Amino acid sequence: MYIKLTNGIVYDPVHGINGEQRDIYIRDGYITRKPAGNVKINQVYDLKGKIIMAGAIDIHTHIGGGKVNIARMMLPEDHEADLVRKTKLTRSGCGHAAPSTLTAGYRYAEMGYTACFEPAMLPANARQTHMEMADTPMVDKGAYAMLGSDDFFLRMLSSKKDQEAISDYVGWIINATQALGIKVVNPGGINAFKFNQRKLDLDELNQYYGVSPRDIIKSLARAVTELGIPHPLHVHGCNLGVPGNVNTTLDTIRAVEGMRMHLTHIQFHSYGTEGDRKFSSGAAEIAEAINKNPNISIDVGQILFGQTVTASGDSMHQYAGHWHAHPKKWVIMDIECDAGCGVVPFKYRDKNFVNALQWTIGLELFLLVDDPWRIFLTTDHPNGAPFTSYPHLIRLLMDRSFRNDMLSTINKEAAKTSTLASIDREYSLYDIAIMTRAAPARSLGLKNRGHLGSGAVADITVYSEQKNKEKMFSKPDYVFKDGEVIVRNGKIVKVVNGATHTLRPEFDKGIEKSLKRYFDRYQTISLDNFKIDDDEIVEHGNGKIIVQPCM
Amino acid sequence: MQQFAQHYNNKYLKIKELSLDKTSSSKVRTIRNVTCPFCGILCDDLVIQNQNGKVKVIENRCPKSTTAFEKELPENTPKIKGKKVSLEEAIDAICAILKKSHTPLFAGLGTDAGGMRQVMQLADKTGAVLDHMHGDALIRNTLVLQDLGWITTTMAEIKNRADLIIFAGTDASHYLRFFERVIWNKQSLFNLKNDKRHIVYIGENLNTKAGISPTGKRPTVLNCKTEQIGEIISSLHAIVTGASIDVKEIAGIKIKTLEKLAEQMKAAKYGVIVWSPAELDIPHAELTIQNFCEIVKYLTRVTRFAGFSLGGNDGATTANSVCAWQSGYPLRVNFNKGYPDYDAHHYSTRNVLKNKEVDALLWISSFSSNTNAPRASIPTIVLATPDTKLNFRPDVFIPVSTPGVDHTGQLFRTDSVVALPLKQVRRSPYTSVHSILKQVIEKI
Repeated sequence: MYIKLTNGIVYDPVHGINGEQRDIYIRDGYITRKPAGNVKINQVYDLKGKIIMAGAIDIHTHIGGGKVNIARMMLPEDHEADLVRKTKLTRSGCGHAAPSTLTAGYRYAEMGYTACFEPAMLPANARQTHMEMADTPMVDKGAYAMLGSDDFFLRMLSSKKDQEAISDYVGWIINATQALGIKVVNPGGINAFKFNQRKLDLDELNQYYGVSPRDIIKSLARAVTELGIPHPLHVHGCNLGVPGNVNTTLDTIRAVEGMRMHLTHIQFHSYGTEGDRKFSSGAAEIAEAINKNPNISIDVGQILFGQTVTASGDSMHQYAGHWHAHPKKWVIMDIECDAGCGVVPFKYRDKNFVNALQWTIGLELFLLVDDPWRIFLTTDHPNGAPFTSYPHLIRLLMDRSFRNDMLSTINKEAAKTSTLASIDREYSLYDIAIMTRAAPARSLGLKNRGHLGSGAVADITVYSEQKNKEKMFSKPDYVFKDGEVIVRNGKIVKVVNGATHTLRPEFDKGIEKSLKRYFDRYQTISLDNFKIDDDEIVEHGNGKIIVQPCM
Repeated sequence: MQQFAQHYNNKYLKIKELSLDKTSSSKVRTIRNVTCPFCGILCDDLVIQNQNGKVKVIENRCPKSTTAFEKELPENTPKIKGKKVSLEEAIDAICAILKKSHTPLFAGLGTDAGGMRQVMQLADKTGAVLDHMHGDALIRNTLVLQDLGWITTTMAEIKNRADLIIFAGTDASHYLRFFERVIWNKQSLFNLKNDKRHIVYIGENLNTKAGISPTGKRPTVLNCKTEQIGEIISSLHAIVTGASIDVKEIAGIKIKTLEKLAEQMKAAKYGVIVWSPAELDIPHAELTIQNFCEIVKYLTRVTRFAGFSLGGNDGATTANSVCAWQSGYPLRVNFNKGYPDYDAHHYSTRNVLKNKEVDALLWISSFSSNTNAPRASIPTIVLATPDTKLNFRPDVFIPVSTPGVDHTGQLFRTDSVVALPLKQVRRSPYTSVHSILKQVIEKI
């Protein structure tokens, strides 16, 4: 069974195709070469004048797991204005900042996304995360396991266990929790908060373990490298949201000494202390450092104005930020000697100096970092804004006059301080295809996704070119998932489940001996029950597992 | 159906821990790390022996798990109005009732994550109202979460860190191994010795024996009525903030005693207030729970403190969690308008039955047999354990298997964070809630 997409304008950065008219052939869910002339083409889509890209990939979006579910439960008022009716095809639910899993899956697909990755899966909460991801239809998914504040790791690091043993532990965690990568959040800081430390700088010591965030990042980055995990260590650095943290971020880049590292929602880590209000943009310095260090990739975590909820593993800084909760309610949780979380609703206001400056800082970063292969489009959903605002964000990047119009509406002082007005750059469709498709796929090691070459999974999005890029990216003409049309004119036409991507790095099974001892003594569940069986993801029929190769 | 039986049989044969004891003539299988689904703290260290189908808890037992696991399965069959029928006929009858119904009520909801996923799908499809049998307890917490939020913790943190544990309105005696598993430890991560832990009880008729440390250190006990716990906690809150209180006694407790406790709370490195929403069975218990949460928040300004809620029996935490991720709302939800409509008060089982807002009832209880399905003058479907005794004759009854005993599954612990895998420890002739509802969804 062959499907042909003909006459479309193709943007496929992996193959250097920049807006060329090409035909695409699909067979059994995969993109394939042009078949011989005598082969019957079963279906032809004439896409004259339409734009074709691979399905979009969100590398960092909080779509499932405990903290998201707390946000859902805590904020009925968030859902009330965005209730979603059931249809013949789709289930009911609700949207906005903390949408139901089903609605999240539908809306991602309706925006042309075919894969989403949950960046903060607490190992202790991995089972729930997988259940929620399995209940997120339409898209592929995967998760990064959070380490660095767990007592087992910190014990190893402080007792100077050799790196090999630490790598074995990291490898074990990836296998046990069915993860696709490793994330560290406020390295060691979530743990330090449990000992009542209220801040932890890059070289400050955890008072119990005597190790610093720098030690933790280096050790985990090395483990990720040694295990051959394709995605570099995913780092939510120290001092999130703290004015002056631009220096922490620059020091963190230096700390990995050339090892690969991904710095996530870097907007929240690019703040200076200049000006009357002691809050300023550090975007230029950060962008310069990113441009100079090819081992570093980032995603932005752009903020957009309006009501949202911040949900993070960083209990320490979420606690510090709870004074700004809007509405005035918030949750902090310490979790299982493993990690923690904090959920704080927040409203970003365009007339507020700090919020307006955050908005400009994110955009400055987008526009000052040269290489779109190392910067990914995120709002750190829902922390900076709900993911449904991506089309608006794309327009801000692609349309300078629109951007300047928006700039003129924000807090005047912030607008004046920002260099944004002087930046002429506009992203091209090719740049967008890189930062939302090709680059995240490459960073995650998803070899047959994010491009349109022969052998790629036929996850494809077709748009009508429009001047208003927000409109264009809000409503694709077609979305193909594994070769099937799932969305037409921005509406679901077929419900599919998508797969869960995992890794199986090799490690010395000897580590289970010390893990078993640790679990038996200190944990409240057994080691065996901590591990997530393939069956648990596949059993109820919503899920399928794709094991990605290690490097 | 056949497929499902086959599926579960395959799972059963795959259980790695099964071992054949060759020395005896009978087949003895020993299964380790079994999760007990019969209370919200989900102990998962049970060792269970299956000898020719007879189940015994041989290690880490408690009276509750022993009774529940070792109970013989009585013979029972699906019934329509008391008459024995095949499973197919019973499922067809369920479909017929739900098809005719404008607004059914799905209540009880004593099932695992897999069962609850089917409940959600069927509720969406049929426009049902959802409530759990422990719904009153669940919403006492939910209302606090939605009003001001909280700071909470989980069992492993209590086990390793908590040096002051205040039991407010509960003695945790319904959670039989709570003290054994998280309070009186052989070892803890940060060398917290048992005698360095201080236990406090506040409330009435509490059995405080478990709070005596292994070396005999006695807990502090503040006796007061359940209704007065909130007053005591808010007085403590006032004292902690430095306010002076102009009376000698609050709720029969001397101010001096409260002042001493307030000092202990401020001096604690990691304090925890434990409550059990089901046991705070007083009007507006959410206000008492909010008192706990607000003093915890205040103390967190200077030290570390957290709340911990004991509950989650009969899959309550699971039902609440699955409902929240699939609909966006915690229980209680009504799908009748085509979208989830949340109202924690309005959509209670009691209320919608009393007001005749529902015209069919589906009651689910696959863990305990004494959960008192409500008797209502509307078509009633009961999916319950085979030993369930009802004081009325439902339109459809199907005996169901129990997750974690008769089939595998997943269940959430009381802290809403840890979900545990459930094992199958015996063969059961009965069908799971998941399987029955899946067939209903396919047929309806």
